[in-house]
Amino acid sequence: MPTIARARSVGERAEASAAKVPAQPPQRRRQRSGAAYVFLSPWLIGAALLTVGPMLASLYLSFTDYNLFDTPRWVGLRNFERMFTQDDRYWNSVWVTVKFALISVPLKLAVALGIALLLNKPRRGTAFYRSAFYAPSLLGASVSVALVWRSLFGSNGAVDHFLGIFGIHVGSLVDQPRYALLTVIALAVWQFGAPMVIFLAGLKQVPSELYEAAALDGAGPARRFFSVTLPMITPVLLFNLVLEIIQAFQSFTGAFVIGSGRGGPSDSALLYTLYLYQRGFNNFEMGYASAMAWVLLVVIAIITVLLFRSSRKWVFYAGEGTR
Amino acid sequence: MSVQTAAPAPSTSVTKPRGPAARSALWHVTVIVLVLALMYPVLWLVSSSFKPANEVLSNLSLLPDHGTASNYSQVFDGVAGYSVWRYFGNSLLVSGLAVIGNVLSCALAGYVFGRLQFRGRGPLFAFMLSTIMLPHHVVLIPQYIIFQKLDMVNTFWPLVLPKFFATDAFFVFLMVQFVRGLPKELDESATIDGCGPFRTFWYVILPLLRPAIITTSIFTFIWTWNDFFSQLIYLNDPSKFTLPLGLQMYVDQTSQSAFGPMFAMSVLALIPIGLFFIAFQRFIVDGVSTSGLKG
Repeated sequence: MPTIARARSVGERAEASAAKVPAQPPQRRRQRSGAAYVFLSPWLIGAALLTVGPMLASLYLSFTDYNLFDTPRWVGLRNFERMFTQDDRYWNSVWVTVKFALISVPLKLAVALGIALLLNKPRRGTAFYRSAFYAPSLLGASVSVALVWRSLFGSNGAVDHFLGIFGIHVGSLVDQPRYALLTVIALAVWQFGAPMVIFLAGLKQVPSELYEAAALDGAGPARRFFSVTLPMITPVLLFNLVLEIIQAFQSFTGAFVIGSGRGGPSDSALLYTLYLYQRGFNNFEMGYASAMAWVLLVVIAIITVLLFRSSRKWVFYAGEGTR
Repeated sequence: MSVQTAAPAPSTSVTKPRGPAARSALWHVTVIVLVLALMYPVLWLVSSSFKPANEVLSNLSLLPDHGTASNYSQVFDGVAGYSVWRYFGNSLLVSGLAVIGNVLSCALAGYVFGRLQFRGRGPLFAFMLSTIMLPHHVVLIPQYIIFQKLDMVNTFWPLVLPKFFATDAFFVFLMVQFVRGLPKELDESATIDGCGPFRTFWYVILPLLRPAIITTSIFTFIWTWNDFFSQLIYLNDPSKFTLPLGLQMYVDQTSQSAFGPMFAMSVLALIPIGLFFIAFQRFIVDGVSTSGLKG
């Protein structure tokens, strides 16, 4: 253990300087509290200047008309009023985002769980396969892969050719309002590796005696999955669901690149954050964009709370209740 | 729980013994086919980057009919006014500084929250945890205004500086969890030996935090390297562009005509991620499963 040796040498070095630092317990405790705040100062500065301050500022800005150059002008609830009652593109972006989340999250989690089940049995090479399935999670967030996606789903792309085998000719999916969002969804689902790894960790926790008991009772594989596996991994499922939904509501890069920076043909892939970006950084409507950001925060908070509330009904924690 | 440890391969005892070798082979074939299907887009990207212009879009096979490296030489000569090395260097600088900032500030905050007792710890810790869920967009615009007032827009500061202030709460939490797992006796004996909190942190805790530091470094590097949104907002001078921005600008300027160089540039942008992944895949996958960090 080199670390212990390291610590011991620290002790020796400290002993040499011990004369300079007299050990006085009560004073030390106070020093500690002071030291804690000194150490925490980077985080405290960040939290105050880059989190709390900006949160309050954006709350204020959401009630103003601000173009970044003139002073903000107080307009009360006008931004929200305009957003909710007059802005069709806003509601379109809400609808696109909800569609995106409702389709991509369940699909992604289903694929992740399916592959996790496939990799759950201890076999040779499992560690390698686990990594291979995880790789898209890292690569998929890049502009590079989004560009590949645009080519593969675009005119003459692999997807068009593949569907052509079955006599289906759709042409460029990316350029059609009906399908553009689907390609963004496909890119999101492709990155199923992270929830898969978390599912795998959850599957390892399922006690094997439960499977043995179920097998003795004559339960087939499907029955074992729905009566043993699924209930036992509901805590992990909840965790993945919460994280993936939050992530889906904040998605940006894929839709930006695949939709040529605009959000696809006739706004068909205009995700919420993409519209927020357009309003804030193309049109310089910082007040309006701040209002949009706050609505996003509130919606994400509500969804998270609802998920945790509902989880009491469907999440099973071992050692609780039916044991 | 003792049964669980007594049976290392539980599933085999459950499944019917129906030709285990054949089943195993079928399993391997299935998994390999799935991996290949999954990786097809990436493999196609790499092969397309070696295809001549007339072949890039029409050829969907993974082997170029007439392999060429001209796409790469074109990218090295310069696209959109700057050689790709410029964008590469900018990305490397931003990602490298982000790693240093995140590791130092998050380890320090993690040590304080995980070990030290002080007034106000409870509420501050609760606040730190709650910021994990906070959508970035809520602080985005005021942050932009701050950096604009500081005359830092179009520099790397807005991308790097927040990392030195432990703004990625996920990593602070990771460090806290790890610090809590370290034996308290070590820093107690350091204290007895006369180490103040800082020396304890620097000489005892920080070296022991290595696994958490590795996880933080890998994810910070890859996320910053891939990051598009912040770079898009803060950088607008092509000489400051990072690789994702250079790539996007190249696409905008050349529209549909030059797929070859675009793919060559895409491959170059993926190489660091690929290398990181190959070198650290064990840490990455374990990091995800133990800490819940997502890709």
